[in-house]
Amino acid sequence: MSSYWFGWRKAKVISGGDFQKLHSRLPYYGYMSALWSGLPALMILLLWLSFETTIVSSLVMSDLPPAYEGYSEQQKGLLLNDIKNLSEGRQTSGKKPELKILSDRYTQLKAIANMANIAVVLAIAIIGGVFASQKIKVETRARNNVEKIVKGLLIASSTIAIFTTIGIVLSVLFEAVRFFEKIPVVDFLFGLEWSPQTAIREDQVGSSGAFGIVPVLTGTLLISFIAMMVAVPIGLMSAIYLSEYAPKTFRSIAKPLLEVLAGVPTVVYGFFAALVVAPMIRDAGVTLGLDVSAESALAAGLVMGIMIIPFVSSLSDDVINAVPQAMRDGAYALGATRSETVRQVILPAALPGIVGGVLLAVSRAIGETMIVVMAAGLSANLTANPLEAVTTVTVQIVTLLVGDQEFDSAKTLAAFALGLTLFVVTLALNVLALYIVRKYREQYE
Amino acid sequence: MSTKDKATVGEDQHGIESEDTETVGKPLLAAEKSRMTCRNVFVYYGEKMAIDNISLDIGKNEVLSMIGPSGCGKSTFLRCLNRMNDTIDICRVDGDIKLDNQDIYDQKLDVVPLRARVGMVFQKPNPFPKSIYDNIAYGPRIHGMVDSKTDTDEVVETSLKRAGLWEEVKDRLDAPGTGLSGGQQQRLCIARAIAVNPEVILMDEPCSALDPIATAKIEELIDELREEFTIAIVTHSMQQAARVSQRTAYFHMGKLIEVGKTNKIFTMPSHQLTEDYITGRFG
Amino acid sequence: MSNKQDRKSVAAAVEKGLARRKAKEKRFQRAGLAAVITALMMLAVLLISIVSTGMPAFTQTALKLDFHYDESLLPAGQTLNEETIRAMDFHGLVKKTLREKFPQVKKRKDKKALYKMVSNGTPYILRDMLMEDHALLGQIKSIWVLADDEVDSIFKGSKTIADSRLTEAQYGWVTQLVAEERVMTRFNWTFFQNGDSREPEQSGIRGAIMGSLFVIIVTLALSFPMGVAAAIYLEEFARPGRLNDLIEININNLAAVPSIVFGLLGLAVYINFMGMPRSAPLVAGLVLTLMTLPTIIIASRAALKSVPPSIREAALGMGASKMQMVFHHVLPLAMPGMLTGSIIGMAQALGETAPLLMIGMIAFIVDIPQGLLDPATVLPVQIYLWADVPEAAFRERTAAAIMVLLAFLVVMNLLAVWLRKKFEKRW
Repeated sequence: MSSYWFGWRKAKVISGGDFQKLHSRLPYYGYMSALWSGLPALMILLLWLSFETTIVSSLVMSDLPPAYEGYSEQQKGLLLNDIKNLSEGRQTSGKKPELKILSDRYTQLKAIANMANIAVVLAIAIIGGVFASQKIKVETRARNNVEKIVKGLLIASSTIAIFTTIGIVLSVLFEAVRFFEKIPVVDFLFGLEWSPQTAIREDQVGSSGAFGIVPVLTGTLLISFIAMMVAVPIGLMSAIYLSEYAPKTFRSIAKPLLEVLAGVPTVVYGFFAALVVAPMIRDAGVTLGLDVSAESALAAGLVMGIMIIPFVSSLSDDVINAVPQAMRDGAYALGATRSETVRQVILPAALPGIVGGVLLAVSRAIGETMIVVMAAGLSANLTANPLEAVTTVTVQIVTLLVGDQEFDSAKTLAAFALGLTLFVVTLALNVLALYIVRKYREQYE
Repeated sequence: MSTKDKATVGEDQHGIESEDTETVGKPLLAAEKSRMTCRNVFVYYGEKMAIDNISLDIGKNEVLSMIGPSGCGKSTFLRCLNRMNDTIDICRVDGDIKLDNQDIYDQKLDVVPLRARVGMVFQKPNPFPKSIYDNIAYGPRIHGMVDSKTDTDEVVETSLKRAGLWEEVKDRLDAPGTGLSGGQQQRLCIARAIAVNPEVILMDEPCSALDPIATAKIEELIDELREEFTIAIVTHSMQQAARVSQRTAYFHMGKLIEVGKTNKIFTMPSHQLTEDYITGRFG
Repeated sequence: MSNKQDRKSVAAAVEKGLARRKAKEKRFQRAGLAAVITALMMLAVLLISIVSTGMPAFTQTALKLDFHYDESLLPAGQTLNEETIRAMDFHGLVKKTLREKFPQVKKRKDKKALYKMVSNGTPYILRDMLMEDHALLGQIKSIWVLADDEVDSIFKGSKTIADSRLTEAQYGWVTQLVAEERVMTRFNWTFFQNGDSREPEQSGIRGAIMGSLFVIIVTLALSFPMGVAAAIYLEEFARPGRLNDLIEININNLAAVPSIVFGLLGLAVYINFMGMPRSAPLVAGLVLTLMTLPTIIIASRAALKSVPPSIREAALGMGASKMQMVFHHVLPLAMPGMLTGSIIGMAQALGETAPLLMIGMIAFIVDIPQGLLDPATVLPVQIYLWADVPEAAFRERTAAAIMVLLAFLVVMNLLAVWLRKKFEKRW
């Protein structure tokens, strides 16, 4: 901020009051020096903050008293947590005097780091500012300079999308690879049993756990299938009715209302499924003499279907409206009724687009988390019966990662392997769907 | 020349004065000769009047061409004849249009059989995204005119033959209709229309998207079709009107200015506006 | 002509099939209407079930009891100060008050039941009152205190005696209090003033709302500038090419990546790699930033696209640099569209739950967060947490929290609609 004025003043001084001499207008010199001092400092600050904790922690851990020498990585992690909690004045499990010393050291290092951080950032800011104002001369092209930097920032922002994707792939892949070091890929992909209950101590019974993804995947597919059975007919028929039949006023009311369904947070649907739909289905099952699980796939699937209706209907609406009017006219001119035109001309013409839309909806159903976490089960049953409880990929990710676990157990790593599976499947579906939809659009342009 | 004000204010000699609104020529035919009769037809798009009091007959087995500058209402009028304007919400049609003495705007009359009797071919070829065979078979199938595969085969073959397309496509009836050339597509659309065996075929500038060779083929086809069908054709090209039609109607600003034998209209137009148009002074 | 004959049969065939086709047409149309109505019905059922469940949570039952701040609470020879007040036995005071109110209760078991009638937060309220006003010592004070959730449910009629855990005797005491006009229901301010709690009657959503607020601030502060910057680059500066295609494909795909995957990213990168604290609004904001960026970029690009090229040409024609053209002319015109898109993105972020579970926002947190690094929870996660609790009183509160969340979303969406309407320009 102050360097803005610095640069501004400097430029004013060297121009000697005759602003016409300057290459650019006065504020640009200010911007230029502000950017020069602000940007590098900001970058350093961010980097520093990202790595500070890691570095300080490793410093503290390297000072561990010899008593802890034999500790495993996991135990060290717990220890570190204790130290951190202690230094922040929170309660810890079991107070030990050594820990107090370590936590003091931690606090002290933190303080030093903070001071150093401020000093370094300030220094860099000043250096940058001074450097920039040194550079300011009458002929300096401040505007071009500033614009170049701004453009750089714009480019940086737009590449964030790429970095996010890379970040997702790397973080998921990295942990998944560590998982596959413990559990072979083949066992993971083709195993028919999923019970990730690894014990905390190695000597406990059943410590190995089973990590076969097949029942989890079939559960996901079953629920998604039920959801599509609800969403596709209702969504598609709604779209057809609203775009081909409905009077204008009805359309203008019903369409936004349908979209409200899309705006409802998924956690609300989850609550609805668990509170209303699941008990309802179970009661209905009891009257019919059926044995329905409290967490049946049907309840989760139905509610997920409701959630996806507006998604299917708005995509179908787009696609149906993209069918040229000439096609409709052609059918009407032959004496086709509206429904004949829709079923035999518009729908076949719109089919690729609709398929693309449905694929996108499937990918959304597979990735949906909260509804299934709240309404579907935890146990992985290999079944196609919608009345039984099944589990899904997302449910397993949540249950494996929520709660305090050390990060390195097969259990938590399994969540990342599941995450990788989820990412790959949904990505493939999305790419395919977007490709189909684009091809479809091009056909009618 | 698209708005009323322009014409009435700007160009006096082309403005229609009150005494001129009477249609010149012979718009009406003897009852036994006419297939469709229109009396005092008005069409409104919302507030805007698109057709202003038109009375016109279309004779049996004749080709009637409708010409006029763009925006003159000729396409709108054509679309009234099989109620295609129904699909446009804001469009309102007043007046009397009869097909074989039956009011086509009768509340009780259904548009479906009407359109089976009055077919239409559009400006841009619009084959369905189906095979050539299914394009032709579509109409007969929905109307229940064919019961068996052999029936359908026969209808498809005769229609394609009548449209002069059979020789070109008989080996690839299963190929998509959209894969044909523009001219072939348009003949496919004509074949599709005649497969239902309508009484009247409406054509809305059927050749405007086609090259001259394809146009010539279509014109030839129209001439042949006259033996069996009544055809009303809207066209931009006066040469085309002269080549294919027996009678010509000249539209201007939503009004019907002059109707007459085609050769008379093009050689000795009675109305100043018609003369100006066909001699190329505007349009 | 044979054709004449033909046409007659055609007309007959058409007429014959007409009734059947008409019926089919009707059926199809009805099916469409039924689909729309089904969808709308589901929306209605959803909303009605939530509102009807949640409404009772907005009122709360309070009991009026006369508390005697007995001097004996203060050990002899001590002065009244913060420390001595902390040492006082307010639990005993509450019990004593209840015993005196209902002297007929004698048995140990019954006494225990009696103590359960008032919220177990009562002693702390008494303590805080004494802290505020030292003169209370020695006085008798009538105070409205919160009833226990079971009493509350009975009184509000959301539970019948049959399915309540309230005993016959407890019910009798309640009726006695009612007869003395010592019971009332009032608007549940506690719900908006407190953080989470194990006791339904003391739990509130203030902590979650503050958490959500912090998260949204972080998300907006990061995603809006970056999203707009990215959109400007892609729309105004980028030359078509490999890099550009790559970015575009990435953005489109990111918009469809399941949200939970972003949570995994946050867990692996921010928490495990960078060592940021768990449960912090800052981390949640960072994760949601990545999630909402595609939405904002797509909306902002659409807004930029809708600015007519003539404006760009006019600016360039005046000798403005491309950067000046964008920032002085195009951006202000596209701003309403960008804001609308961002508000919708924020609404999405506000309702998002799954990725936040991954970064540990699921902890039970009583305190109201004060900053970006305090452990916090957010509204949807609070809903998730409460939905898991079996107690009926929490179910009401879950639904009530949902109503609050939906109210926020409605306001945001209306704001977006209003913005769009206000600045809608026809070029």
